[in-house]
Amino acid sequence: MIPRPLLSVRGLTKRYGQRVGCLDIGFDLWPGEVLGVVGESGSGKTTLLHCLSGRLEPNSGSVSFSQRDGSVVDLLQVPEAARRRLARTDWALVHQNPRDGLRMGVSAGGNVGERLMGVGARHYGQIRGQALDWLEQVEIPQDRVDDLPVEFSGGMQQRLQIARCLVTRPRLVFMDEPTGGLDASVQARLLDLLRSLVADLHLSAIVVTHDLAVARLLAHRLLVMKDGEVVESGLTDQVLDDPQHPYSQLLVSSVLQP
Amino acid sequence: MYVAVKGGEQAIGNAHSLLAEARRGDPETPEISLAQIDGQLALAVDRVMCEGSLHDRELASLAIKQARGDLFEAIFLLRAYRTTLPRFGTTEPLDTASMTIRRRISATFKDVPGGQILGPTFDYTHRLLDFDLAESGGAPAAPVAEGAPQMDGPVASMPRVVDLLDREGLIQVEEPDPGTAPVDDLTREPLRFPASRALRLQNLARGDEGFLLSLGYSTQRGYGRNHPFAGEIRLGEVDVEMVPAELGFPIAIGAITVTECEMVNQFRGSATVPAQFTRGYGLAFGEAERKAMVMALVDRALRCRELGEEPGSPAQDEEFVLYHSDNVEASGFVQHLKLPHYVDFQSELVLVRTLRAQADAAPHE
Amino acid sequence: MSAYNFAYLDEQTKRMIRRSILKAVAIPGYQVPFGSREMPLSYGWGTGGVQVTAGVIGPDDVLKVIDQGADDTTNAVSIRRFFARMTGVKTTTRTEDATLIQTRHRIPETPLRAGQIVVFQVPIPEPLRWLEPREAETRKMHALEEYGVMHVRLYEDITQHGRVATAYDYPVRVNGRYIMRPSPIPKFDNPKLDRSPALLLFGAGREKRIYAVPPWTPVKSLDFEDHPFTIEKWDQPCGVCGSRDSFLDEVIVDDKGGRLLVCSDTDYCERRREDQR
Repeated sequence: MIPRPLLSVRGLTKRYGQRVGCLDIGFDLWPGEVLGVVGESGSGKTTLLHCLSGRLEPNSGSVSFSQRDGSVVDLLQVPEAARRRLARTDWALVHQNPRDGLRMGVSAGGNVGERLMGVGARHYGQIRGQALDWLEQVEIPQDRVDDLPVEFSGGMQQRLQIARCLVTRPRLVFMDEPTGGLDASVQARLLDLLRSLVADLHLSAIVVTHDLAVARLLAHRLLVMKDGEVVESGLTDQVLDDPQHPYSQLLVSSVLQP
Repeated sequence: MYVAVKGGEQAIGNAHSLLAEARRGDPETPEISLAQIDGQLALAVDRVMCEGSLHDRELASLAIKQARGDLFEAIFLLRAYRTTLPRFGTTEPLDTASMTIRRRISATFKDVPGGQILGPTFDYTHRLLDFDLAESGGAPAAPVAEGAPQMDGPVASMPRVVDLLDREGLIQVEEPDPGTAPVDDLTREPLRFPASRALRLQNLARGDEGFLLSLGYSTQRGYGRNHPFAGEIRLGEVDVEMVPAELGFPIAIGAITVTECEMVNQFRGSATVPAQFTRGYGLAFGEAERKAMVMALVDRALRCRELGEEPGSPAQDEEFVLYHSDNVEASGFVQHLKLPHYVDFQSELVLVRTLRAQADAAPHE
Repeated sequence: MSAYNFAYLDEQTKRMIRRSILKAVAIPGYQVPFGSREMPLSYGWGTGGVQVTAGVIGPDDVLKVIDQGADDTTNAVSIRRFFARMTGVKTTTRTEDATLIQTRHRIPETPLRAGQIVVFQVPIPEPLRWLEPREAETRKMHALEEYGVMHVRLYEDITQHGRVATAYDYPVRVNGRYIMRPSPIPKFDNPKLDRSPALLLFGAGREKRIYAVPPWTPVKSLDFEDHPFTIEKWDQPCGVCGSRDSFLDEVIVDDKGGRLLVCSDTDYCERRREDQR
């Protein structure tokens, strides 16, 4: 079988009236790759993520996704029903604010177990067992399995959201500022966790972030965005250590060195 | 030995007799007549017709009498009666532009062609209880100012205020649907979402005035602000026309009184659409100004999607507004709690006792 | 009483209701929207059931109407009288003599037979409503079989209480496809839904939905493999007829709070007593 990208984006454009959200974006994402999308706020990186994950309808372009059976679909052309099905089985979205990605009124175990129950798991003990395993993997104490997410700290909520997203082994994970709003030490721990999970599970991911440190730690390749356009792309280390575009240079140089 | 209580049928019969007695009240007092209700409690009749979705003053008066003045009950009676009536056809849209006007005001301009006509309104009364009314007597003669112009015959040209803004291109144009598809009919089909504007307006027209009043009020207080102005309110008689199949041309089958309100609302415009005013619309049977106004406010709020506004407030939430506006549905469901629920309750009792027994039996930590 | 059409509704409306019923029968458990009319009883008091009954009743039918299992509760009496006036059909309190049974909150204890129709009064038809107030969203979830959340609710119950805490209106899966609310019948009655020889019709007037379970359709109450569905049990028999397999009501018989357990199904209880004499 010819190897093909997991995701192929071409000419993706989203406008808000006269204003440009993102313009003519194109890239390929291969299985096991993590792509970072960096830029300041207003660069269009969040717009891009929303267009890819189905929350926004772009004005033009194509997003080809390679399904488990090998066939390729354009996510912008398939009916909503098919898109929702894929959203449940093939990919996951880690929200910046974990409250947007969790059921706050359902226990931690219930949150993790939901996707399993959604694909037919019917043994309470086994569902609970898998939930406990995942809590351990994301470093949440197992005795919190019956607690509600409202009782968790922000960092713990985020880790719970990640467990909830990954429990059914999605092939593609979108992350929107996964460490935003968390303090430095909590961030570091979370990044470590994400890095090992991505490696262990051979995940493909698109990580949107304004934080270059996050990008360096997680992403294999980067897209640098400004005013809705990609101004530079390449291997992470190359872009961060030897930026070519003036804007990339500005971005890199303005990061405080520890 | 326990014997189940019987006699439900008889109990109901007795309850109906008691109700009839209570409705009549003191037999020494003269019985209220339909003509009195229609003539002297006309605004109650107007409301019952509007929310009952049936224009018939006599039937509405009867409903009010039978319901002992409870307007929710009267509306229910009228709706239930409506279900039994066959439908002959659909009228032509009412041409409110050719209304025989008895009241017409606009808050958007100081003066308008045709003038501001106050008509019969509570607006400028001082809300002081008039104890003269406590005595039944002859009707007071309507005072006429010396030398005041008499209003008889058809009033001179009264163009719509909103049309004046239209000519300047300042207000959003209401395009009539050129299609021949039948209009959605809420009395025949269940509500589906997203709802068309026609369905929304139908729902609001028969919706509870109190509920819509609160929602309209909320939009003015910041829950979805859209800066409304009363563009025009008009009250008067319009002809009802219909095209019978056998004739092929429209004939007038009668005239009804309606109140119409057009609200003019702010809209800032976008890159593709220049700045302009937008509209809200309200229409009600009889002299029902408050109803027409709140209907227009809520109509505008529910148009947020079409106008690219982010819905955020209750009045902009289509499902919330349209599902809860019908007071016949609401009243029924709320009051159904009076029905016996002892079997469901029994199940709950069994469960609660079981859980308690479990908890007591479990070893204490 | 010729001022009203047979069964109150005009023929066009009855046709509309029957079309909805046919669609419902063709897709077991799927909620069919229908143009519910205002009836002479309040919404919430059985208008959906009454419209379904009015849609299917014929002059040769024998009608039984129960509420909480009893024929003599006020609402059952009121509905039975309505149909007696509007159709002139024979009415009965005996389950096996009835061809058409309209019920609120119970299924009769006497086993149903082929050819009988049971019409259930439904307050809230949507099983996903607890999670999602939006109709537009729940319709999509049904269409896409996005039912994971139903089991989440059961999971939470077991986590909190050690068992599922739903005692009535217990959700079921119909024909392996749609998840349905059986109306507020006690879970005790759920097994009677499974492969019933009778036609089961469900009417929600205020919410404007009709759904159906055709005869012999598998209906399974939601549960977990290791927490299977169970029904209520009492430790005493009916204090009047001695039955150990019927749903029992608690009746408070004296000022000191003395209780008696009695069959909720009055017809069933009475017949057992007759048979014993």
